[in-house]
Amino acid sequence: MLKCSGKCEVLAEDAKQKIREIIESFKDVKDPLIEILHKVQDYYGFLPYNVQAFIADEMNIPLSDIYGVVTFYARFTTEPVGKNRISVCLGTACYVKSSQALYDALKQKLKLTDDCMVTPDKKFSLDSARCVGACGLAPVIMINNDVYGKVTPAMLDDILAKYE
Amino acid sequence: MEEKMITLTIDGKSVTVPEGSTVLKACKAAGINVPTLCYLEKINEIGACRMCLVEIEGVRGLNTACTFPAGDGMVVRTNTPKLREARKMNLELILSNHKRECTSCIRSGKCELQALAEELGVTDVRFEGVREEKEIDELSPSIVRDNNKCILCKRCVAVCKKRQGISAISAVNRGFGSEIRAPFGESLRDLDCINCGQCIEACPVGALYEKSNIKDVWKAIDDPETITVVEVAPAVRAGIGEEFGYPIGTNVTGKMVTALRNLGFDYVFDTNSAADVTIMEEANELIERVSNGGKLPLITSCCPAWIKECEQEFPDYLDNLSSCKSPQAMFGALFKNYIAPEKLKIDAKKVVLVSIMPCTAKKFESSREELGENGLKDVDISITSRELARMIKEAGIEFTKLEDSGYDSPIGEATGAAAIFGTTGGVTEAAVRTAVAVLSNNTIDQVDFQVLRGEKGVKEYEVKTDAVKLKGVVVSGMLHAKHLLERIRKGDVKYDFIEIMACRGGCVCGGGQPIVSSKVQSEINVFEKRSSVLYDIDKNSELRRSHENPFVKDLYDNYYEKPLSHKAHEQLHTTYVNRDRYPKDGLR
Repeated sequence: MLKCSGKCEVLAEDAKQKIREIIESFKDVKDPLIEILHKVQDYYGFLPYNVQAFIADEMNIPLSDIYGVVTFYARFTTEPVGKNRISVCLGTACYVKSSQALYDALKQKLKLTDDCMVTPDKKFSLDSARCVGACGLAPVIMINNDVYGKVTPAMLDDILAKYE
Repeated sequence: MEEKMITLTIDGKSVTVPEGSTVLKACKAAGINVPTLCYLEKINEIGACRMCLVEIEGVRGLNTACTFPAGDGMVVRTNTPKLREARKMNLELILSNHKRECTSCIRSGKCELQALAEELGVTDVRFEGVREEKEIDELSPSIVRDNNKCILCKRCVAVCKKRQGISAISAVNRGFGSEIRAPFGESLRDLDCINCGQCIEACPVGALYEKSNIKDVWKAIDDPETITVVEVAPAVRAGIGEEFGYPIGTNVTGKMVTALRNLGFDYVFDTNSAADVTIMEEANELIERVSNGGKLPLITSCCPAWIKECEQEFPDYLDNLSSCKSPQAMFGALFKNYIAPEKLKIDAKKVVLVSIMPCTAKKFESSREELGENGLKDVDISITSRELARMIKEAGIEFTKLEDSGYDSPIGEATGAAAIFGTTGGVTEAAVRTAVAVLSNNTIDQVDFQVLRGEKGVKEYEVKTDAVKLKGVVVSGMLHAKHLLERIRKGDVKYDFIEIMACRGGCVCGGGQPIVSSKVQSEINVFEKRSSVLYDIDKNSELRRSHENPFVKDLYDNYYEKPLSHKAHEQLHTTYVNRDRYPKDGLR
């Protein structure tokens, strides 16, 4: 069960307004749902329950239709993301170079749980990647668009400090 | 407009069908059986299960007959070594991650997957698929979903969306993670599922079934301190025979009553008696609203699935709902308040009242807080026709060998008007009979109103007699009802009285009725057969108008005084709640 996917967040009025505008801008497009979801995710960061339920009500389509699309495409996320998105490569090369240990260390340092992979202050969120195309630098982590290679758990504090 | 016809050859046999038909339709027309699994005519023709594979000359590969358009001059083969092998392998792949516990599965013997494995000669499954234990959703009071058995045929999704217009469920995730379920991992209990159980009827396997209350019923029966009382809805007697090998459309009322008594119930009564009371209350409510400028249209409140839908999607019509409790609840209320203490001289607190319903939503209804007084629930336990059949089998009762018997006094037999409650249009017809007779001072003798009968999802009618002028509509199938209400909202149409049943055809085809395989459904009109049982009961009844029921007369003479009296309002009427379809303050 997803427990932290914004299930209890109430959607603010300005967010509602913005989402309404996005939906409105697609009024002449046939089957616009996927495009609308992209735009809304760009704006809101992720697609939690309240965002999807609001879109369902506004577009008069069932929530289950939206949720089905959101979970089908890997590009959409129902999980909140932090201001800084940390991505640990768990691809083959990084994995054999112990990237799992980096992932676990980050999870522990940032006090994250499987139910909630974003820090309470929303500064950091953690996920994993399958190869970022920099196997020579394994193990690799990415923070936003910055790539860090040959990372050891001891280096993590210094790296994170750059984003404090 | 004349239909263009095309001719094709299937297994050497020439067949002519209208243009636009699928190859599967053409096969059917030619009398050739092609196996199907995910197929449900008109609502789920998606080629997902790949059972209906055929070879088409000049077309590459094997194609699914249910999606492939038939063409003029097409040459089709349905029975080749390649097809037999492919179908078999596809079925094995479906079986490879299916939780195969056939002997203890609730659908055993009625499972389309099981039947197909036998039909295709699958005696061994060569593949072992990834089988991750999936959480069973059993929080809903009505429906259990076990995705370990789900084969992703999407029949339930199609029925929920295209027939009921609800879409409580959809396919979520992808690949091996694919599942059919409600959004956000929520239980069916917590979002917009209306508990109608049509998904159960559509499911070919054991992935969907009613939340069973059989144990609760046994417990009550086995407790010597408890007085067990059972009420049976009209549609049950028209369906339950199927569970014991009778042809669809067999009236087994007498045997069913005997079986209930043999199970150990202390009193066996007919919900129909309460339906007669419902008519008295509802017809008078209608007359009062019409003559006092009350809120119109008046909309029926018998169907708990419709009630939930009204509460979540049409809260602006809550005042249009009849305040009458459904017959199920009305029976409970009048039994516990009047019959038990006054007639039977028993303590209502010692009574466990069980209802046998063709419906899964009745379980939800019986759990509603509004339905009960003084700490007593109107109905304590509600079980489906299927559950009753299971209990009868479990008790070792040989149903077919039972003698007929009748309902217990002091309630006895109900009228024919109440029997037809179990089919679409029946509530309206019963109400019209009483309204016409009462308002014309019995000068009009009409009892049959054919315009209200039949399978059509939307039946408009006008009653024009000297006594009654009424414009109404009868709707069955939730999608039809939604469309109609949207039109009423816009002001496109106007009615005085609306009957809404969530299930297409009404309660005879309810979500708690015996399962009929998709194949049999495509060959037999189940609605027509089952509803004809009720019309026959009606036709052969001595009394065919609710107000003529002696029990009803006694009830008003000696207890409620008159319909809509203060006491009647307290006990026989209810209130509704405004609920969000998708909770606005987030999920728990």
